[in-house]
This record gives sequence, C-alpha cells and structure tokens, in this order.
Amino acid sequence: MKDERNKGDMGAVRIKTDILIIGGGTAGCYAALTIAENSDKKVIVCEKAHIKRSGCLAAGVNALNAYITEGKVPQDYVDYAKKDAANIVREDLLLTMSERLNSVTEKLEQLGLVILKDENGKYVTRGDRNLKINGENIKPILAKAVQESKNVTVLNRVCIIAFSVEDNRIRGAFGIGIEDNTFYILDADAVIVATGGAAGLYKPNNPGFSRHKMWYPPFNTGAGYAMGIRAGAEMTTFEMRFIALRCKDTIAPTGTLAQGVGAKQINSLGEVYEQKYGLTTSERVYGTVNENREGRGPCYLRTVGISPEQDESLKKAYLNMAPSQTLKWIESGKNPSEQNVEIEGTEPYIVGGHTASGYWVDTNRATTIKGLYAAGDVAGGCPQKYVTGALAEGEIAALAALDFIKDNHAERIDESDIRYHIDEVFGFLLREKQLFDTEQLEEAMQTVMDSYAGGIKTNYCYTEQQLDIADEKIKTLQKLSRYMKADDLQEVMYIYELRERLTVCRSVIAHLRARKETRWHSFAENLDYPEKDDQNFLKYVNSRMENGEIKIIFRDLVKGGSNYEHTDQ
Amino acid sequence: MSIRINKDECIGCGKCQQVCPGSLIKIGDDNKAYIKYPKDCWGCTSCIKECPVDALRFYLGADIGGKGSSLYTQKRGDILKWIVVKFDGSRIITDINTKESNKY
Repeated sequence: MKDERNKGDMGAVRIKTDILIIGGGTAGCYAALTIAENSDKKVIVCEKAHIKRSGCLAAGVNALNAYITEGKVPQDYVDYAKKDAANIVREDLLLTMSERLNSVTEKLEQLGLVILKDENGKYVTRGDRNLKINGENIKPILAKAVQESKNVTVLNRVCIIAFSVEDNRIRGAFGIGIEDNTFYILDADAVIVATGGAAGLYKPNNPGFSRHKMWYPPFNTGAGYAMGIRAGAEMTTFEMRFIALRCKDTIAPTGTLAQGVGAKQINSLGEVYEQKYGLTTSERVYGTVNENREGRGPCYLRTVGISPEQDESLKKAYLNMAPSQTLKWIESGKNPSEQNVEIEGTEPYIVGGHTASGYWVDTNRATTIKGLYAAGDVAGGCPQKYVTGALAEGEIAALAALDFIKDNHAERIDESDIRYHIDEVFGFLLREKQLFDTEQLEEAMQTVMDSYAGGIKTNYCYTEQQLDIADEKIKTLQKLSRYMKADDLQEVMYIYELRERLTVCRSVIAHLRARKETRWHSFAENLDYPEKDDQNFLKYVNSRMENGEIKIIFRDLVKGGSNYEHTDQ
Repeated sequence: MSIRINKDECIGCGKCQQVCPGSLIKIGDDNKAYIKYPKDCWGCTSCIKECPVDALRFYLGADIGGKGSSLYTQKRGDILKWIVVKFDGSRIITDINTKESNKY
C-alpha cells in the first residue's frame, strides 16, 4: 500500500512472524540461533545496520570476560557481581546466566571462534573468569550462523521505532527501512528486545571531530529502553550508570594492559593508588578521578619496562579489538614499554550488561509487558554479562518466548495504531521548517547532562538541585524535538534516536534523584547524600511511566535462592 | 578519527556500505563510495576489512593524537595484514594469524 501524501515514495509492508527479535547484536543473534535450533517457528531479526558487524562486537573483542573457570562454580560469579554492585543485583538472574556461560562458550567455539587451549586441550584462563581468544571476527561468525539458520529472516537496515502494545500485551512493532524507504508493520506473538544500552546521553570525552570515539557503540541509543518506558514497562536501576576506565584519547580497553601484562594504576608521582580506593569497577574510576582532583594527575597504567616481546603482543591484541590504540602508539613513536598509558574515565552510559540498568524482568527474562522479553544490555538486574552473559540471556529469553507462544497468540496490530505511527513518520518527512536539527538538540542534551546530571564536567557528581535543573531542561528539549523535519528515513531515524535518548535521560535523572545515598562512587555520586545508606537503600529503585510522568517504585531485594516472578502488575 | 575513501581506487562494490554499523557510508551518483557522516564513525574498521582494493584508510583525528598516519588491512589466507602508512610514506606491517589466540 502506498500513502497518497507520500514524499519520496515511502511504501509500507506488513509481515506476520511467530517471534520478532529487535536488534541483531550479540544477544539478538544468539536468541535467533536458539529458536532455530529448538523449533520450526518463524523468526524475524530487525537490525538497523547490518548484522555482520553491528552492536558491541563490531571491531572484535579481546577476551571472554565471563566464564566459570576450573575449580569455580556459577555461584562464585554471582558473588563477584554482587560485591562489585554493592548488593544491588538480582541473584536469580545472575545465577541463571552464570549456569549457561560455559555452554555458550563451547557453542561459540563450534561456530568457529578461536579460543586458546593448553597442551591438554583445556581453555587457558586469564585471571579468575576470563578466556583468551582471537575475537576479531566474533560478530561475523555469529552473523553467518544466523543467516544460515532455517526459518530466520534478517531485515537489515530496518530500524524499529515503536512497540505496538494494547492492554499491556505486545502485538508487534513498527519499523522504518532506511535503505528500501519502507514502513514496516510487524505482527508477532512474542517479541524479544535486544537493542543494547544507551550511549551519547552525556557529553563525550572528545566532543569534537572524534565525538564518536567512545567506549560503547555510539549507534546504541537506548531505543529498547525508550520504547519500553513509553509502553509502560517497569525499569530498574537506571541510577547505576556505567563509566569505563579507558586509555586516554582512543578510549581503548585497559583490561588487556592491567590483566595481560600486570600494569598497575599509578598517579603522576609514580605511586600505585588503586589499593587506596578499592578494586570494584566504580572504585577504580573514582580513584582515578580523585587522584586528579587532588593534584596528582594525570594517571597512568604503568607499562614502562615491559619486554619488547610484550610490546609486540600488546599491539597485536589491540588490533584485534581497538585498532586506534595501536595506531596511537605508532603515531607517538613510542611503544608501551617506553611510555606509560594515560587513563581517564569515560562519560556515563546506561548499559545493563555492565551495570544493572534495564528492564525489570523475571527469571525467564519476561518484562512486565506480556509477550515482551529482554536480553543483553537492555535487560536489568544482571550486571557483568559481557559477551557470554549476553548470549546466555539471548538463549534464556528465546526458550521462554518459545514456551510462551505455545498457548498465547497476539491479536493483529490495530489499524489506528498503524495510522498513528505512519502519520508521525510522514509528519517529519513533510515538515518544511524546523528550529533546530538533531545534531544541535543532541549537543544541547549532552551539555545539560554533563553539567547538571553528573557528567565528566562535574567529576560525575550532582546535587538534587542540579538534577531538577537537568529535568526541566531535558523536558524543554523534548518539546523542541516534536518540531523536526527529515529529508529521508535515515534522518527520520536520527529524530527517533534523539527522542529515545531524551526519554532515557529523564529516567536516569529520576532514578539518580530517588536513590538518596552514594552507594557507588562516580557511578552515582550524590553530593547531598555522600554516604552509603544500608538502612534505607538496600532496595531496587524501579520506575514506570504513568500518564507521561515517571513513577518511582522501591522494591525489596530478591534474595539468593529464590526466583522472582511478576505478580503485581 | 574516521575513514577516508580513495575514489580513484574505489570500484563501487558496496561492501563497505553494507557492513558499516552506523549506516554512514553511501554510494554516490558516480558509483563510488563516500562517507556521508565522517564525524559519526566509531572507528571499528569493519569497512576497511571488507574493501577488496585497499581504497579505504582509517586515521586518527588531530584531537586524539593523529599525525597523518593511516591504516588498512589485507587478508591473505589465515593472515590478516595490518598496514600502517606513515606520513612520510614508510610502512609498518603487522601480520596476525586469525587462527591464533591473543596472548593477553
């Protein structure tokens, strides 16, 4: 069908599938593989780029960071993640994930991933939880397996813009094909959202030409969070922001230096400072921030003195995951053995694979919207997932969705819902004037978050008064974002991405305001409440959008040994 | 940090356009690839690895320490060759066996 008011011939197609997977990254691809191997159900994977290199694994990955090594049990991994997050985790989610870490690793190896083994054929470990791999081609390996699966259709360059939800039951989703200029109406009995976390909310480390040289994929805009928030899904722990400690400028990983060659964090005086602050993920960032604040910056990872052989191995390791760092060493004319590597904290991200932000799910990864499942970085309560944890969650969500659709079939998406979303897209295409473009509003949003919601500018700190200002300013930007124009569907996608980020920003601000304590330095550094408050805040901060306002819900911790089920929606 | 596409070398095969995780590369009316949104590049080098004629180069912006060197790759069997061309034209070549794990 064609719309009579079309500009640029936007067409529309309607497709019915059994299970729709939104996002063809790590978790989404594995969910598709799981369904194909366990059923003959029809699956559509919608990916706004191309699954060969989309998502977090585009450049590759240097190690598998979540594996149960010999002598350890899944509960050890749960305990580690719980400690790192100062208890604000869902132990049921961590345990069910941890139980699958090793089987998904074996599967990856079968698919073709190179994993280092010793002479006895056992995986060689790095530290307590890591495996050494050649992960440059990990995403093409996963993508190829998906493309070869029966009953799986991949729609590349189709960006999902909204769920269709009626009476808290998902019926499918709407998308725009940025290359085929088509509006997609996708009916499904169950939907798995696997769109990743949110980058680009805060002003980045290098806001100029290299603004996208960031830790997390700049193309992960928090779409899954925002679509869920708007549809009334309950969300958890958005106040546990993630800030990565990275190599300065290139924002390349530091773990390879710290764990690979044993490089210690030192300040400008050459003192090893990490013991002063503790070794959790947030404490490592905080220590670096504080050393700088107290005049002992810059801070480094001490690589001077490593061997020439280690120099070469490091340069190769970085080519396999963050080639810009190797290029940086070459540009500077000095190897890591000749100069320490300066480190800095990134801007904050919202990412459920590292911290615990995301959908409030039950043990099956079912969200509070019936028929909607979440896996990977969009799913909350289960930090430290990394690659293998995202695969495990993709598997859990896929099996649960398969079980669900046995006796649950969704009604077709309502015509009025279709009309509303097509009109919205045409609205952007037909508008001839706008006050500001997406780039200007994105920059304004990042400046607000940087200044008033604990960005790099304020050393990640904030006060309640600042958060109030941030919320007012983001609300204003949301109003301005209604009046935008686009020349094609890629520009329409940029408008939706901006709006998604603004929606996520408002939730982040509301969550930061609700947790009146400082449980994690830097990640949520509340200057009005600088201490940890176990009396009142050994709780989850959850939220739900009701009538356009964010309602905060405090929930008691789910204790180890019990499985959480949704009961009170 | 971003990429450059040498139009004289480009054969318009579209592989770089297809793989870009940001949908930043387009094919122009001249049937050559170009990067439409250079500042939006994440630096993942996926496009560089696809190019069959070495027309793409990855480089660091001056804001993060770039001094004019550029990087491209060539696949030779199991070997992925990473070639850095420095500003003075000299080359540094690193061979990585894709069947071997990282040491670190």
